[in-house]
Amino acid sequence: MLSGTVVVAVSFAYLLVLFAVAYFGDRRAEQGRSIIANSWTYALSMAVYCTAWTYFGSVGRAASGGVWFLPIYLGPTLAMTLSWLVLLKMIRIAKTYRITSIADFIASRYGKSHLLGGLVTIIAVVGMIPYIALQLKAISSGYTVLTGQHDSGFFPFAGSSWVNDGTLYVALTLAVFTVLFGARHLDATERHEGMVAAIAFESVVKLLAFLVIGVFVTYVVFDGFGDIFARAFADPELAGLLSLKTASSAGYGGWFAMTLLALLSVIFLPRQFQVTVVENVNEQHLRRATWLFPAYLLLINIFVLPIALGGLLYFGRGTVDPDTFVLSLPLAHGEGMLALLAFVGGLSAATGMVIVETIAVSTMVCNDLVMPLLLRTERFKRSEHPDLTGLLLGIRRGAILGVLLLGYLYFRLAGEAYALVSIGLISFAAVAQFAPAMLGGMYWRGGTREGALAGLLAGFVVWAYTLMLPSVAKSGWLDRDFLDHGLFGLGFLRPEQLFGLAGLDSISHALFWSLAANIASYVLVSLARVPTGQEASQATLFVDVFRRGQDAPATFWRGSAQVQDLLPLVARFLGAERARRIFQTYALERGLGGIEQLKPDPGLVQFAETQLAGAIGGASARVMVSSVVQEEPLGLDEVMDILDEASQVRAYSHQLEEKSQALEAATAELRAANERLKELDRLKDDFMSSVTHELRTPLTSIRAFSEMLFDDPKIDLKDRTRFLGIIVSETERLTRLVNQVLDMAKIESGHAEWHNTDIDMRELVEQAVETTAQLFRDRGAVVELDLPDEALHLRADHDRLVQVMLNLLSNAAKFVPTAGGWARISLSRETGQIRVDVSDNGPGIPSDELGVIFEKFRQGGDEHSRPQGTGLGLPISRQIVEHFGGRLWVRSTVGQGSTFTFVLPVPPENAETVQSTQ
Amino acid sequence: MAKKILIADDEQNIVISLEFLMKREGYEVLIANDGEEAVQRIRAEVPDLVLLDVMMPKKSGFEVCQEVKSNPDLQSVRILMLTAKGRDTEVAKGLALGADAYMTKPFSTKELVERVRSMLAEH
Repeated sequence: MLSGTVVVAVSFAYLLVLFAVAYFGDRRAEQGRSIIANSWTYALSMAVYCTAWTYFGSVGRAASGGVWFLPIYLGPTLAMTLSWLVLLKMIRIAKTYRITSIADFIASRYGKSHLLGGLVTIIAVVGMIPYIALQLKAISSGYTVLTGQHDSGFFPFAGSSWVNDGTLYVALTLAVFTVLFGARHLDATERHEGMVAAIAFESVVKLLAFLVIGVFVTYVVFDGFGDIFARAFADPELAGLLSLKTASSAGYGGWFAMTLLALLSVIFLPRQFQVTVVENVNEQHLRRATWLFPAYLLLINIFVLPIALGGLLYFGRGTVDPDTFVLSLPLAHGEGMLALLAFVGGLSAATGMVIVETIAVSTMVCNDLVMPLLLRTERFKRSEHPDLTGLLLGIRRGAILGVLLLGYLYFRLAGEAYALVSIGLISFAAVAQFAPAMLGGMYWRGGTREGALAGLLAGFVVWAYTLMLPSVAKSGWLDRDFLDHGLFGLGFLRPEQLFGLAGLDSISHALFWSLAANIASYVLVSLARVPTGQEASQATLFVDVFRRGQDAPATFWRGSAQVQDLLPLVARFLGAERARRIFQTYALERGLGGIEQLKPDPGLVQFAETQLAGAIGGASARVMVSSVVQEEPLGLDEVMDILDEASQVRAYSHQLEEKSQALEAATAELRAANERLKELDRLKDDFMSSVTHELRTPLTSIRAFSEMLFDDPKIDLKDRTRFLGIIVSETERLTRLVNQVLDMAKIESGHAEWHNTDIDMRELVEQAVETTAQLFRDRGAVVELDLPDEALHLRADHDRLVQVMLNLLSNAAKFVPTAGGWARISLSRETGQIRVDVSDNGPGIPSDELGVIFEKFRQGGDEHSRPQGTGLGLPISRQIVEHFGGRLWVRSTVGQGSTFTFVLPVPPENAETVQSTQ
Repeated sequence: MAKKILIADDEQNIVISLEFLMKREGYEVLIANDGEEAVQRIRAEVPDLVLLDVMMPKKSGFEVCQEVKSNPDLQSVRILMLTAKGRDTEVAKGLALGADAYMTKPFSTKELVERVRSMLAEH
């Protein structure tokens, strides 16, 4: 038990040490010897993420949910692994365009919109209030535990009235300190070196304090990690905490939602944006922070489970609030000083958070909420207030006080109903609403002002309805009725089971619906219209920030102003001396003698606006500067013209690329076509060569015999007759060949004439067999005919089909053996087709020649006995059959003859009508 | 002693005409109807001259020519190639393979007889 005086004195002493560190940091910064310009300080300042929530709340969380406290630290670790992707770009954008807060960032991105900046500010303020209340609650309950104003379960006695409540004084004290840290003077960059130094310092203090308590609990109260875990396993109730089963009771969805929430928070919480982006001195520092910050988180979490289990083992379940284990365990062992150290660590965590958060929020309130409203009043626009630095500081100090008092109010309203972690998560879900507009703005050109407004508004409303209002209602300040029965008694509007979505914890549920509404509104409304010139130019500046030089932001700003107008304007907000100094520096950098020589060009206007943006925000700076500038507003077309200079080159090279690809494709096509032509040419050559050969062979005989007969009239009659017979038959062969070549060429080129008539196939086959009867008789062969009883009608060219039949029959006649030869012709009808088979008992065709015989000039059969033929009969027959949609093929076994078969399709209805007319 | 001439061709009518022409000139005539038979008969009979058709079954005239010319025992055999394919490449190919002369079909009987006579007179 410690006396209140001691605790208060130690607390103040600690705050003074913090202030001393901050003061030292500021002094060193003024001397140009910054103590924060190193990556260690940067990484430690990011640890402002670990607040009283981490310090007290994680233990409480672990005591009820086991490893369920982990996602809050897994998220940031994930975020840091992605830092080079998102954070680096955010830092670059913020530095290049002198962005000083999240509200400023979003407002600038969507065309320097006041409305958007204001909305973001309101969301930030409302969202942060529970979080600040959490810190106040932690400090005040820590104080009561230490000083013994609590019952046996370490639950504090509630302050009877507001005036007697120590928490109010904690809030007021913190407000004073925050003003001292962050709002003593005005800076164009909104950077607070002293504050960062102090935050880095407090990060070390809270880590050490927590580790000391952890070691005390683990190795003094118990006998090391093994002892605690062994005892926990022995206790059936506690063993559950150590298995992932308990932790996964929220389901994978719960883990995912929690990790995502923490991931977004570590990027978009106003205080994280402040230390990570605004206070960043050097982009290179991010590199070390990428591993150092997660390492810090790991370290501070090592003893969370041991302390939680230790507390439960020592006090038993349900007796002492687990949120206070860090203090109550040392106290219970009579280690008052240790408990005091733990309290200082917790105080450190809480103050660090409160200071940075309220500074960040107050900057937003001033730049994006109050200034724009003031600027609307005509009286203010006129230079009645020559120096506004005092006013600006006043606004900020007021904002700091206001935010802390609102935090206190929330603490009074809802603080008792929730554990620390649950309060923090409500804030996390609020800042997650910034993610679509921020990330969309950094990577998507299509986002518009209305889209961002709609998204933020939708997300915020859903968040307030599903999380904020229930938290107030559960504390008894609102009628619980709408919680249980939905708004207006509509069941599907129940805030924690919206549209019937049950089975999720309230945070995951709210996150799901709010982000869904947010993203959908942002994207859909953005797509509804083309970005304006102003939006398009800002979109390009943000999305393409890495393409543009850091030192030369593009100017989408046409117009000019005299330095005599701009200097006083800047002086109003930054102070006359500072304004003169920065203008002087600007002039010297451009190689000019002094301020008087500055030319009134767009660059100067841009410079003045950027300086003002640092002090009053981008949107307000634009308004102020435009009041003195003869600006010709740029339309979308003109902005596009400027953008086009760059994008045209890109588009042009893109077009060239496309064209060369098209050319390549065309070349490839031409090459392929050429190959095909060459192939055709080669086929034609082969054909011509074959034809030539076939023509020359009979010609050779004819010429030789003719010459012999001519030269020698005395050749005897027998030879003479034989020779003349050969000449005649070779002439016939020649004629046949010429006819068939022409025939083939006609069919192949599609110039053949087809005279289709109704044919009776039975009659046609009979006729063809009759025509070739003499050939078979000459060979002494028998012809068998197998015909159906009724006529088979078909529409085709009669003469062509006769040609096919004659070809097949004469082939058979040629190949049947001279003794015992036979040929069998059968005609039949099958479903949908007519089939003709011509079989013989000739020598047959070896299997490797079966396909070849249908090629031009390829004759089958044994050469010695091969009958005279042109080698075109079968190819022509096949062409004819295929012309009528049929097929011609051969089956053969060597030594057992061959069967040539062709089928011709008959339309079924045709067949029926023909049959019915029979 | 009468010179021996082998006629190698698969076209019967051409064989008949060549046989008649050569016999009339007083040569002894041998006949082969395809490439393989031609090679066998050349090896067996070692004719003084071969009238060799290019487009023959089983073995083309080119293959026969190559086999004969690469056989040292058959160096005395003259080869007169006959082809219905009159392309320059065919002629060049035949000569490159060692054919002694080349005539395209349809040939003049007078020229053929003269060419045969002169080729045999070179010995």
